[in-house]
Amino acid sequence: MGRKILGTALLTTTALLAVAGCGGGGTGSSDETAAPPLNATSVSGTIKVLTNRTDLVQDGTMKKYAAAFGKEYPKVKVEFEGITDYEGEVKIRMNTDKYGDVLLIPAAVAKGDYPKFFAPLGSTGTMEQKYRFTDKTDVDGRTYGIANFGTANGVVYNEALWKRAGITEWPTSPQEFLADLKTVKDRTGATYYTNFKDGWPLVSPFTNSIGSVSCDAKASDNLAITDKPWGAGTDLNVIDTLLYDIVHDKLAEKDPSTTNWENSKSLLAKGKISSMVLGSWAITQMQDAAKKAGAGADSIGFMPFPVQKSGTYCSTLLSDYQQAVNIHSTHKAAARAWIDWFTEKSGFSEAQGAVSALRSAPLPATLKEFVDNDVTLVERSEADTAEVNAIDNASEIGLNKQDYRQKLIDIARGAQSGSLEDYFADLNKRWADAKQTAGS
Amino acid sequence: MTDSTRTAPPPDPLTGPPPAHRPRHRPADGRSRRRSWQDHPLRRATPWLFLLVPLALLITFTYVPVGNMVYYSFTDWDGVSPDRSFVGGDNYEELFTRPELFRVFAVGLYYLAASVVQIAAALYFATILSFDLRLRNLFKGILFFPYLINGVAIGFVFLYFFQDGGTLDSVLSLLGTDGDHAWLGDPQSANTALAGVSVWRFTGLNFVLFLGAIQSIPGELYEAAQIDGATRWQQFRHLIAPGIRPVLSLSVILAISGSLSVFEIPFIMTGGATGTQTFVIQTVKLAFQFNKTGLASACAVVLLLIILAVTWVQRRLVPDEKVDLV
Repeated sequence: MGRKILGTALLTTTALLAVAGCGGGGTGSSDETAAPPLNATSVSGTIKVLTNRTDLVQDGTMKKYAAAFGKEYPKVKVEFEGITDYEGEVKIRMNTDKYGDVLLIPAAVAKGDYPKFFAPLGSTGTMEQKYRFTDKTDVDGRTYGIANFGTANGVVYNEALWKRAGITEWPTSPQEFLADLKTVKDRTGATYYTNFKDGWPLVSPFTNSIGSVSCDAKASDNLAITDKPWGAGTDLNVIDTLLYDIVHDKLAEKDPSTTNWENSKSLLAKGKISSMVLGSWAITQMQDAAKKAGAGADSIGFMPFPVQKSGTYCSTLLSDYQQAVNIHSTHKAAARAWIDWFTEKSGFSEAQGAVSALRSAPLPATLKEFVDNDVTLVERSEADTAEVNAIDNASEIGLNKQDYRQKLIDIARGAQSGSLEDYFADLNKRWADAKQTAGS
Repeated sequence: MTDSTRTAPPPDPLTGPPPAHRPRHRPADGRSRRRSWQDHPLRRATPWLFLLVPLALLITFTYVPVGNMVYYSFTDWDGVSPDRSFVGGDNYEELFTRPELFRVFAVGLYYLAASVVQIAAALYFATILSFDLRLRNLFKGILFFPYLINGVAIGFVFLYFFQDGGTLDSVLSLLGTDGDHAWLGDPQSANTALAGVSVWRFTGLNFVLFLGAIQSIPGELYEAAQIDGATRWQQFRHLIAPGIRPVLSLSVILAISGSLSVFEIPFIMTGGATGTQTFVIQTVKLAFQFNKTGLASACAVVLLLIILAVTWVQRRLVPDEKVDLV
């Protein structure tokens, strides 16, 4: 009898708590804009900044930024919290009110939910005059984030090695790129490197290149209205076919299943790897690795995706994480002051070799070759990213996940059965089906 | 005959009164005093007071999350959004109309086969080390050690072990075999390799369970068996095997539920690539990559029910009988 009562009590408690526990995750009622303060001494308080750059928190770089900021805003104290698994952790923390004052918007947050989590920073009409990439966080005419920097997409390669193999010109088509890789491999033994095991290098550098092929700023948005993203001649078709061919022609590393990203940097610097498709943010890291290997920073080169559209190369320009202000923050003005200062005056994006979010700022030195060779930088529109992501998630393909390109590589090297055509057809079908359900 | 509160000394068999004269019950006053103390509400509550802390922890960290998960499985929550709407059984309907979501259970067969090897190996070593051997404590330590290592560390260690030109390849080349094989490169070899790692890791646990059970068999039974001239095999067959049956059946249940819900090792070593995706990895991906927390919760609930069902069937087929060696 006693046991039965206890059982009932337990169940009831569980049920009650379960229901109560689901109430978490609040919507800030405040609609107030996090406007920049009028003068530096009018803001005060301690703000907490969440960042994915644990390396910069640990080596004290962020503290130096905070100290420089403190000189201008003496009453504001900035604290940093570096989070290794940024995406996973912050996404869960956002079920509470306490996700810092300034944070980077996790990719998992749906665009339509931005007004529930973040304070608006200003109307898009005025923000876009000053900043790049505002359409990524524009909801109903208001902007919720400012990019911490932008990156161009292309191929990082060991220029010295390619020169030694006798190649001095950038390839103008995927076929030329494959031929060049073959030449480099035959003459030096160095191969392309997929970073299959770590996975993410198969994701953003490739998916962000959507638009480099067609030279179309709307290339990504168009995914929301197409039924065949992998149809003949499309960006994704060209990009993924190139990856398939590299692996299929055995121009990539021998065993992709045990690759290692950290190690790949020094392998590239030492000339054991010929090239990797990456964003321009990687250039400084590769240059550091080259210096450590004693090769000199100028041995690392960056070329646009090997396709030309009417005689010119194009390279997509995309924003990294966007900085936003927590809607529950009690120091919104101070938080906004930090974002503005960090974007405009910290020198962070120059130090990273990345493109500043400010329209007025010059392109970084890492992209000098792009400027010299008249590569068209396409600032890709992110206006319909919410719809594209909704279809992507519904289809479980994962344009921003590693799985589908890992399968592509498995097919290419014969580890899984199937053909490229069938795989593209299957992806097209899943996309079209998902578009039906997610679009409604 | 388990009256532990009896305090009267046993009657002296020589001088004490004959049993018939001995009062069967204690004096009425003493007994009633004792009963009133035993019936005191505080005393009745004592066990519950002791249980308060563990129960609170159990409810907070097990039942509430499970309750939440069951609730999520009836919603379309994406894992982040403050809004979620109740969709009834839609998630379950989707799950059961997509057979490809269940196809990953085939990968579990590798681990099931591996757990047979694992139990056999553990039983073998436990039996051998239960006899008096030189250095047996050292060997016990060596066998149990892998279980103490963190699963993530094991994943990384074996990643180096299997990589191109890694430990396995160099050992093979020392033996004169050409180790030019990408061990994690194709589904069959990758799954076999991963299942092998899981055997390496969990044999120690089974071993310790078996060893404990074997050592709880009274020593005089072995002596008697030896006097009767029983061989080691006969000792195993008629003493050890029946003596550890409950532990053996527990191990089998753990092995089956374990192979249905493999996660750590493949997730760290391959991330589910190259056909090594298990049901739990698939669930994690649905929840955290494709933001289908509702569907993923439904997957988790279904996995729980499958494991419960399998366990139940198993208990029906092999009932847990009382073992009496004497």
